Amino acid sequence: MHTFAIRKTNTLKMLNNYETVFILNPVLSDEQMKDAVGNYEQLLKDNGAEIVNLERWGLRKLAYPIQHKSTGFYNLIEFKADPATITTLEIEFKRDEKIMRFLTVSLDKHAVQYNTKRKSGAFNKKKKEEAAS
Amino acid sequence: MTLVNEPINREQQRKKYCRFKKNGIKYVDYKNPDFLMAFVNEQGKILPRRLTGTSLKYQKKVTQAVKRARHIALMPYVADGLK
Repeated sequence: MHTFAIRKTNTLKMLNNYETVFILNPVLSDEQMKDAVGNYEQLLKDNGAEIVNLERWGLRKLAYPIQHKSTGFYNLIEFKADPATITTLEIEFKRDEKIMRFLTVSLDKHAVQYNTKRKSGAFNKKKKEEAAS
Repeated sequence: MTLVNEPINREQQRKKYCRFKKNGIKYVDYKNPDFLMAFVNEQGKILPRRLTGTSLKYQKKVTQAVKRARHIALMPYVADGLK
């Protein structure tokens, strides 16, 4: 009984790995976009999340139109957080008109491993980005 | 003449295999549409594993990844002449 209680408190403290991709309206100015991303970064930090990685994919063509727009600013945030922060984050996303689409995914150990490998530039996706820039 | 069908030469048919198991890929990334294109037909539909040879474990992950990619508009829900 006792050990179970200890284990439970430990899991409560443990932060899970998450990753969120969101698409910002392409009509926004550069500054507005940076502001929006900064806001979410701050929101996560305020909720006790630890940001692991932040990526801006920039303006990308969408595979199909969303809100009559064919392009969007893609942003990716990888973070460690308490499960409860996800709801607050997603509520903010829903309220925000600048956000056209968002997707939050929890990462398992293979995904975390994959992401660290991706960050180190082991995949051709990175190479393509470098070639484009 | 016999009524029994002649067996097809199975040796000529190449054995299917799961590319994830063979290459040791543990995670299917939804952020990489170029890779996921291999599991989708030209209409953007997910191919059955009887065609791709993917094992059940990874077919589930591929399906999940394709659906996620569609949601964030990296892949189309419906398309015509994707390839």
